[in-house]
Amino acid sequence: MRSKLAFAVALSIAAPGLVATPVLAQKQGGTLRVYHRDNLPSGSIHEEATISTVQPFMGVFNNLVLFDQQKPLNTPETIIPDLADSWAWDATKTKLTFKLHPDVKWHDGKPFTAKDVQCTWNKLTGKDPDDFRKNPRAIWWQNLKEVTVNGDLEATFVLNRPQPSFLSMFASGYTPVYPCHVSTKDMRTNPIGTGPFKFVELKRGDSVKFVRNPDYWKKGKPYLDGIDWKVIENRSTRVLAFVAGEFDMTFGTDITIPLLKDINSQAPQAICELAPSYVSINLIINPKAAPFNDPTIRKAMALALDRKTFIDILSNGKDDISGVMLPPPEGVWGMPPEMLAALPGYSTDIEKSRAEARKIMEGLGYSESKVLKVKVATRNISVYRDPAVILIDQLKKVYIDGELEVVDTSIWHAKVTRGDYSVGLNLTGVSVDDPDVNLYENYSCNSERNLTQYCNKDVDALIDKQSQETDFDKRKKIVWEIERKLAEDLARPIINYQRLATCWQPQVKGFVLHRNSIYNNWRYEDVWLDK
Amino acid sequence: MGAYIVRRLLLMLVTLIGMSILIFVMLRLVPGNITDIIFDSAGFVNPAQKKKIERQLGLDQPIAVQYVNWIGGLMRGDLGYAYVSEKPAIEEIVPRIPVTAKLAALALIFSTLFGVPLGVLSAVRQNTWLDYVLRVFSLSGLSLPAFWLGLLILMACVHWFGWIPIYRSTPDSPWQELALLCIPAAAVGFRSSALVMRLTRSSMLEVLRQDYIRTARAKGASETAVNYDHALRNAVLPVVTIIGIEAAFLIGGLIVTETVFNIPGVARFLVEAIRWRDYPIVQNLVMFIAIIVVFVNFAIDMMYAVLDPRIKYEE
Repeated sequence: MRSKLAFAVALSIAAPGLVATPVLAQKQGGTLRVYHRDNLPSGSIHEEATISTVQPFMGVFNNLVLFDQQKPLNTPETIIPDLADSWAWDATKTKLTFKLHPDVKWHDGKPFTAKDVQCTWNKLTGKDPDDFRKNPRAIWWQNLKEVTVNGDLEATFVLNRPQPSFLSMFASGYTPVYPCHVSTKDMRTNPIGTGPFKFVELKRGDSVKFVRNPDYWKKGKPYLDGIDWKVIENRSTRVLAFVAGEFDMTFGTDITIPLLKDINSQAPQAICELAPSYVSINLIINPKAAPFNDPTIRKAMALALDRKTFIDILSNGKDDISGVMLPPPEGVWGMPPEMLAALPGYSTDIEKSRAEARKIMEGLGYSESKVLKVKVATRNISVYRDPAVILIDQLKKVYIDGELEVVDTSIWHAKVTRGDYSVGLNLTGVSVDDPDVNLYENYSCNSERNLTQYCNKDVDALIDKQSQETDFDKRKKIVWEIERKLAEDLARPIINYQRLATCWQPQVKGFVLHRNSIYNNWRYEDVWLDK
Repeated sequence: MGAYIVRRLLLMLVTLIGMSILIFVMLRLVPGNITDIIFDSAGFVNPAQKKKIERQLGLDQPIAVQYVNWIGGLMRGDLGYAYVSEKPAIEEIVPRIPVTAKLAALALIFSTLFGVPLGVLSAVRQNTWLDYVLRVFSLSGLSLPAFWLGLLILMACVHWFGWIPIYRSTPDSPWQELALLCIPAAAVGFRSSALVMRLTRSSMLEVLRQDYIRTARAKGASETAVNYDHALRNAVLPVVTIIGIEAAFLIGGLIVTETVFNIPGVARFLVEAIRWRDYPIVQNLVMFIAIIVVFVNFAIDMMYAVLDPRIKYEE
C-alpha cells in the first residue's frame, strides 16, 4: 500500500519531466558555479542543523545508504546503496548489518573500513572521547545500543528495540560517514570524506571550493571538475547575479514566490522548481510563562490563527496548511485536508473560531478595553519577522495586543532554550519525511531540539509505539493520533509549511530536486554541465 | 615642532589604550557570546557543552585576565584564533585589508577628484545654472543611501549590459581589479564627493570675498591664478579636514557597499564578526581601525603646517 502510494506520487511529480527531457549522454568537465546565501558555520555536517552546511558539503562524503538522488521523493523505497553494498535485518529486527564496498579510500589516501563506521556512530552516541562539539541529531540514535564490526567490510548496528525507520535516518544528507583518523575539529575546518568532491578551501564570507575526486570509487563519477560556491549575503545581489548568468544554480530553496516571478520574467531560460521545503512556520508559546501557563489562553491563541491569510500574504497562497507532518501529495505521513480541518484550531470558519476565542478571553477577564499585552519574539530575519507581524495582527482579534520583539538572530536559540520568552514565532526544518525524525526531534520529552520543552508522557509513549509499528497503515493511524494530541496540547502549532523554489540554468543536467526534504539531494555526483 | 610631535604621539598612545579597553568591554556587554552562536546553527543549546567550549576559549576567565591576555598577545604579534573558522585571526584579517584599503583609497580619490574641482566651479559660477545643477548633484549625493545607489547600479548593469560588476573570484590582474572596484568606489565616493564639493564651495565663497583676492585681481592676476593659486590654497584647509574625517567614516559606507557588491573586504567581515561575537577578530580589527584613524588625524594635523605656513606647532 505504502509503496504504491509513494510510487504514484513520485510518478505524478516526475512524469512530466521524464516525458519532456530527452536522454542525453553525460559530459565530463566544467565547474558548477553556485551562490551560497550566507556564511556557513562549519564544514562538519554532523555538527550542524542547517542546509547552509549540508548543501555544499554533502558531496565531500558518502553515507552507508542514500535517498536516490534521481528520484524526487524520499521514501524507504527510494533508499539505495552507497558505501554499503547491501544491508539486512536479523530475525529479531534489532540488528542491522551493512556489507561495505571494498577498496574505498578517504581523500587523504587512507583506506575506508568498518572501523570508520563504528567511530562515526560512537561519536554520535557520545561514546568516543573526541565527541562532537554539538550533536543536534543525537536523538536519532537513542535506540542504538552499539555498533560492532566484523572485519573491514561489515558493520552491525544493534538496537534496543525494533525501529522500522532506522534505515531512513542513514539515508539523509545529515548522516555521512566520518573518518576515524581525523579529529572532529579538523572535520569542521578541513573535512575529509570518501565522496565525489574533495574540499579545497573555505574563505569565510567569500567562497567554498571543491574539486573532483579523481579516485572516486564510483567509476566515471562525478562528471563535474569542481563546484565553486560564492557567498553572497545580499539577496538582491545574488538573484541579479543569477539572472546575469554568473551562476549555474541558485542556493537551494533561496527563491521566494515574488523572486520567482522576477526570475521568470528576467531570465526566462532558467529552470525553476517550486517544492515544499519541509520547513514550517510555527507558533511557540512558553507554557511556563504566566499567563500562558493557562492552557485556555493558549487555546484562544490557536483559535485566532487564520492560516490561509498567512499563506496568501507570505506566498501568494502557494504554501501548505498542515499539521506536524508534511501534507500530501508530497508528504507521505501528513493528514488529508478534511481530517486536518477537524483538528483544534484548524477550522476553516475563522470567524466562528475567533468568536470562541474571544469568549475564552472574556471568561479570563480580557476585553477590547482590557487587552492582554504580550511581546512576540522572533529572529531578526525577514522570513521570521514577516509572519510574526501577521501573527500579531491576528492575535489582536482576540484581545491580545502583541508587540514585536526582534531578537538578534545569533542569540535566538539561546534565548528560547533559556525560556526567556512568552510567545514567539519560529521556523523548523525536518530533514527526513519520517515520523521518527520529526516527532522524536521536536516533541519528545528528552530531545534537546524540543524548543518549547513540551513534554507529555502519553505522547512519548505513542511516539515509541508508532516507531515500532511495521504496518504502514497502522503506523499512520498512530501518527495521526499523535498529531491530534499535539494540536490539542498546542505543543507548537504549525501555521504552514513553506514552498520555495530552486533555479538552475538550462546547461545544468542530472539534477533532481527532492520534494519532501531540502537536506538530502546535494551529492552532485550525477550533475553535469551541457556546455 | 619636535616636542609637539612627541606630545601628540604620547597622547595617541593613551587614546589607543583607552580605545582598547572600551572595545574590549563594550564587546562583552553585547548579549550572547560565541558559544550561543556556535549552537545556533545546530538549533539548540547544550548547557554542559556550552560551558566546555567557554572553558576552551578562555571565556570563563575574569574579564581583566582576558584583557591582559589579549594585550599581551598583541604585543607579541599574536592576535589569537578566530572563534568561528578556528584559524589564526591574522590569517583571516590580513588578506582582507588590501581589498578594503584599495576600495577606500579609490573612493577617496573619486570624492576628491570630483568634489574639489566641482566645488570650486560651483563657487566661481555662483548663482548660475551650472551652480544650481551642481548643488542638486551634491544634494542628491548626500541624500541617496549608498546601498540603494549600489543596487540601482547593479540592476542597471544587468538590465542593459547583461553583466554584473561583483566580485566572483580573485581578479587576474590589477587592471581587472581596478575595473571591478571602480563602480563600488564611485557608489561610496559619491556621498563623500558631495560633501567635499559643498564644503569646497562654501569655503571658496568665503575666501573669494577677502580683501587679498580683490588685491590680486587689482594687480591683474588671471582668473585662474586668482581662483586656484590664491583662493583655493586658502580655502582648502577645512576641505582637507573633512577629507580626513571622511577617510575615517568611510568604513561605515564600505560595510554596505562591500555587502551589495559582494566584495570580500574587511568592513563587511567586521560586521559579520560582530554578529558572530568573534571577539579575536572584532577587537583586533577595531583596534587596527582605531590606529588608522588616530594616525590619519595626526597626519592631517601635520599637513596643516605644510598647507598654511602661518600654522606653527611650537611652544
